[in-house]
Amino acid sequence: MRGIFDRWTRRVVAALFTLGLFSASPSVVAAGLLDEPLARLHADSFPETTKAIEEIARSGAPEAETLLRAMVDRRLLFDASSKTVVVKDASDKFLDARTLKPLASPPAALSPVRINNRLRGLIDAELGTLALVSPDRTRRFEAADALFRSRKASDLKAVEQAIAREKDGAIATALRKAHSAIQLARDDASLSDKLAAVGELAAFTDTDTLGLLNQTLASAQQPELRTSLEAAITRIEHQRQLLAGVQNVIYGLSLGSVLLLAAIGLAITFGVMGVINMAHGEMVMLGAYTTFVVQEAFRAWAPAAFDFSLLVAIPLAFVFTGLVGIAIERGIIRFLYGRPLETLLATWGVSLVLQQAVRTTFGPTNREVGNPSFMSGGFEVFGVSITWGRLWIIVFTLLVFAGLQLVLRATRLGLEMRAVTQNRRMAGSMGIRSARVDALTFGLGSGIAGIAGVALSQIDNVSPNLGQSYIVDSFMVVVFGGVGNLWGTFVSAFALGIANKLLEPVAGAVLAKIFILVLLILFIQKRPRGLFALKGRAVEA
Amino acid sequence: MITKLLVDSLDRRATLFLGFLGLILVAVPLLNLWVPEGSAFHVPTYLVSLLGKYVCFAVLALSLDLVWGYCGILSLGHGAFFALGGYAMGMYLMRQIGSRGVYAHPTLPDFMVFLNWKELPIFWYGFGSFPYALLMIVAVPGVLAFAFGWLAFRSRVAGVYLSIITQALTYALMLAFFRNDMGLGGNNGLTDFKDIVGFPVQAQGTRAVLFMLSVALLGMSFLLARILVTSAFGKVLVAIRDVESRTRFLGYRVENYKLVVFTVSAMLAGLAGALYVPQVGIINPSEFAPANSIEAVIWVAVGGRGTLIGAAVGAFVVNLLKSVFTTGALAAYWLFVLGGLFILVTLALPKGIVGTLEDLVAAKRKRIEERDRRGAVPELAE
Amino acid sequence: MMESIAPAPVTNALLYLDGVSVSFDGFKALNELSLILEHGEMRAIIGPNGAGKTTMMDVITGKTRPDLGTVLLDGRIDLTQVDEAAIAELGIGRKFQKPTVFESHTVADNVLLALKAPRDPLAALFGIRNRMPRDRIDAVLETVKLIDLRDRVAGDLSHGQKQWLEIAMLLAQDPKLLLVDEPVAGMTDAETETTAHLLREIARSHSVIVVEHDMTFVRALGVKVTCLHEGSVLAEGSIDDVSANERVVEVYLGR
Repeated sequence: MRGIFDRWTRRVVAALFTLGLFSASPSVVAAGLLDEPLARLHADSFPETTKAIEEIARSGAPEAETLLRAMVDRRLLFDASSKTVVVKDASDKFLDARTLKPLASPPAALSPVRINNRLRGLIDAELGTLALVSPDRTRRFEAADALFRSRKASDLKAVEQAIAREKDGAIATALRKAHSAIQLARDDASLSDKLAAVGELAAFTDTDTLGLLNQTLASAQQPELRTSLEAAITRIEHQRQLLAGVQNVIYGLSLGSVLLLAAIGLAITFGVMGVINMAHGEMVMLGAYTTFVVQEAFRAWAPAAFDFSLLVAIPLAFVFTGLVGIAIERGIIRFLYGRPLETLLATWGVSLVLQQAVRTTFGPTNREVGNPSFMSGGFEVFGVSITWGRLWIIVFTLLVFAGLQLVLRATRLGLEMRAVTQNRRMAGSMGIRSARVDALTFGLGSGIAGIAGVALSQIDNVSPNLGQSYIVDSFMVVVFGGVGNLWGTFVSAFALGIANKLLEPVAGAVLAKIFILVLLILFIQKRPRGLFALKGRAVEA
Repeated sequence: MITKLLVDSLDRRATLFLGFLGLILVAVPLLNLWVPEGSAFHVPTYLVSLLGKYVCFAVLALSLDLVWGYCGILSLGHGAFFALGGYAMGMYLMRQIGSRGVYAHPTLPDFMVFLNWKELPIFWYGFGSFPYALLMIVAVPGVLAFAFGWLAFRSRVAGVYLSIITQALTYALMLAFFRNDMGLGGNNGLTDFKDIVGFPVQAQGTRAVLFMLSVALLGMSFLLARILVTSAFGKVLVAIRDVESRTRFLGYRVENYKLVVFTVSAMLAGLAGALYVPQVGIINPSEFAPANSIEAVIWVAVGGRGTLIGAAVGAFVVNLLKSVFTTGALAAYWLFVLGGLFILVTLALPKGIVGTLEDLVAAKRKRIEERDRRGAVPELAE
Repeated sequence: MMESIAPAPVTNALLYLDGVSVSFDGFKALNELSLILEHGEMRAIIGPNGAGKTTMMDVITGKTRPDLGTVLLDGRIDLTQVDEAAIAELGIGRKFQKPTVFESHTVADNVLLALKAPRDPLAALFGIRNRMPRDRIDAVLETVKLIDLRDRVAGDLSHGQKQWLEIAMLLAQDPKLLLVDEPVAGMTDAETETTAHLLREIARSHSVIVVEHDMTFVRALGVKVTCLHEGSVLAEGSIDDVSANERVVEVYLGR
């Protein structure tokens, strides 16, 4: 009699506790709550353990979760003779299961509480409801999701209570989703409950919800429910298509920024100076290797400051590749002005030499370039996932582009550069040393290719062949945009990037690329001077 | 008419070159087949195939010189036509394997069985027949070049732009041929050939004949190219190369001339590829790599563009260097040599080996002439 | 095939330009230009830099398409609808400002390429152009006094000789209408005189438009003069009338 009374009191206390009424010093109250379920474990029988699990979960004791998890991991041990249950913690110390305080003298003959797969499932589900009251936001969120997946009618009450209590909007939504899912799965739910649940679920776009609705539709009988399910499924599918489109556009922006980054330098050397620099890709490659060297230095001398390695690599790559560019211009290209096809061949030669030089120095295999912490991971907005790395590259590309525009428009070098490209002789007669301007312009283009290399080292393999994979694309971007027009290059890079990514799901990556190349070849027939061509007599000369 | 063209096309140097080709056509197989192996004069079979490979490259270089040297069209995608001809030949050779493949399938090549294909794709039909394959070897590159040229030349895509889109063309083809779905062996390409028109590909005799055919092809291509460039047609080509707009204002439809020479050139490249494949025993998508086409350009530049003989000489010299450098300890330096060659030739030797020699000879002759008839001709360029 | 032939002649003039406008990025190179050239006429065009002289030639020869306006040859062939090669075959020849000859060809081959005959690739490969009579070439070279240099490479010629060779090519082409852009720029006085003589000779059997800056030369030609300014006709008439025109003096001569 007393036992029954006791149990009832405990139940009530536990329920009150779950509702948060007993928030003050719960462990004092809770200590005794676990005695009975723990005692069941001594029986070492599955039915008793089942009961124990349910009771522990509903006990409201703060130790409940630790105990259940320990049970799953076979770290919950008991000794039937001394009637003790202990938890072995991560550092192999033994704790009293009731208090989770270390035991001074653990019993000698301990054996783990046996569980089977059914029990494991039960524990998972119980942990799910348990976690609903966890102070940890992430845990609550995970719990709501777990309930959505398990959809057990028995959890309905717990979920409803949790919804009433939950203050966090996102978690409340997740809970409502779980609630609706349970309602749909529940056999004894009324039609109106089910219809309301379908209405609620139609607002979500994830595959799980879609799967759940489809699954329900397969077995649903009532015509009203079927109609509402079908409407919800169509709505979600539309939403998903839209989202996939948005996601692809974002991938496209990301690819576009990579293309732009690789092509900006070329837009200067080819677009502004008219020099076909086939070694442009190798400038990008040198920038990537500069990053590698800088990171090695950081790893060796300042591993703690590793996140700053890119900040150091950017100016270094710019200066280094810029100098290499100036050397190439002074040593080779200046003898070939006005002979674009010869320039093409000579710079191809340069590209082979640079590739081999890097291969000899650093070896033919990929070198590892690390991502600083701010570039790893990602986040999700409205169901569209964005990684930090890609986002930073887009931002970086825009900064580089803006910086370049500034250099061209607002500095003395930019002014001289435009003067020389428009009328070399006139500029010369006005005291501009065109040879110096040529060298600096080429250096600038190469330097920008170098910083592109720093960014690309974050998303691509750093190998001697890195540059080769960008050269055809870069030329296509510049030609498509219209030679001599930086904004054209800008629009063209993003247009090609987005077009490529929108085609990919339909055609596959390789076919999409081939398709874009063929389109470009055809486009050049139609507009040989690109999207934003300069018109007039100056062009013909 | 044709005889007149033929006679016109053969100056002393051209005749000498053809004579030299005739000589190796006979001598190399003789030294391979009839001189015993121990002899110092014996040419081993591997060398016959190697030389045959060089000769095929020489034909490719010649075809490139025809468009670049004479018409100013710098194609960075000629390797594509070469590879297409090669693939057409490869398809014929695959069909010749019959049921002797690893999977012993009566019609399907091994790679199709491996990919679980049930029947032969339609475009493989007919490749069992040699005449049909021969037609395709010429027609596929020809039609592609014609279609591409028809679009590009009519819309006046020229100079560097044309170079870039030819490069994009071969790059796109490379990506396409890498795909298994293309039905041409994907990554691995076509290989493990057995017979060619009933003769075993690996046999010494077959190899000698393939070599002779390659040399004959080089001779015929050279002759054809000479006829083209020495006729008024060739004069129009050079006019287009020098001042395209002037040629237009004289009433010539520049695009038609370019189209003819580009298509003919692509067909020659296709034939070269077709003879190359049985001699090296494989054709795969890497033959489409843009780098290969650019390498062919450097053969022409080294030998001397616009000389035809130079193209052949350049192909031979550069590939000989490549063979020397890519075997053994020097392998790491080959790209330095090749890259250096690109830079050196454009900067220091823009006319190439043959062009520079021609200049030297011409300068000497001029000096002699001037001495002989001093004052007989009105002074030039006052 | 591409020629669009108007049903009835609009005019009897050889060349008829009406309301022709061309603009490059907002800059009006030609602004409603109208000009009429009669059969057998020789006309000199003068005007400051940027007046639209070269653009006008580009429009007539099909290099530039006008935004607006009519360009008719013989009163019925719309030149804005056909390409350069077709216009050349219709009988309009052009000499550029900078002498443009085929420098790697011999003098004789330059003329050979210009000779009136079918111009398709087939004709050039196996046909007529390989059997051109030597005397036709020589006759033309005789006229421009380059016969002794017939086998020299054109790249070796002096500036003046190149100009003459270009004129020889025009003669070989035997066009109805010749457009000549600054034929005496950079020439010595003696060469200028020879050139003026040559052009007058040619004008006897051809219609000619000459663009020139050199007023002495224009005066020596003694033909009707049109002065262009900012893409349209400023004045037209005899050289004396035009040089007396106040506006002409202001924008062109009197600087």
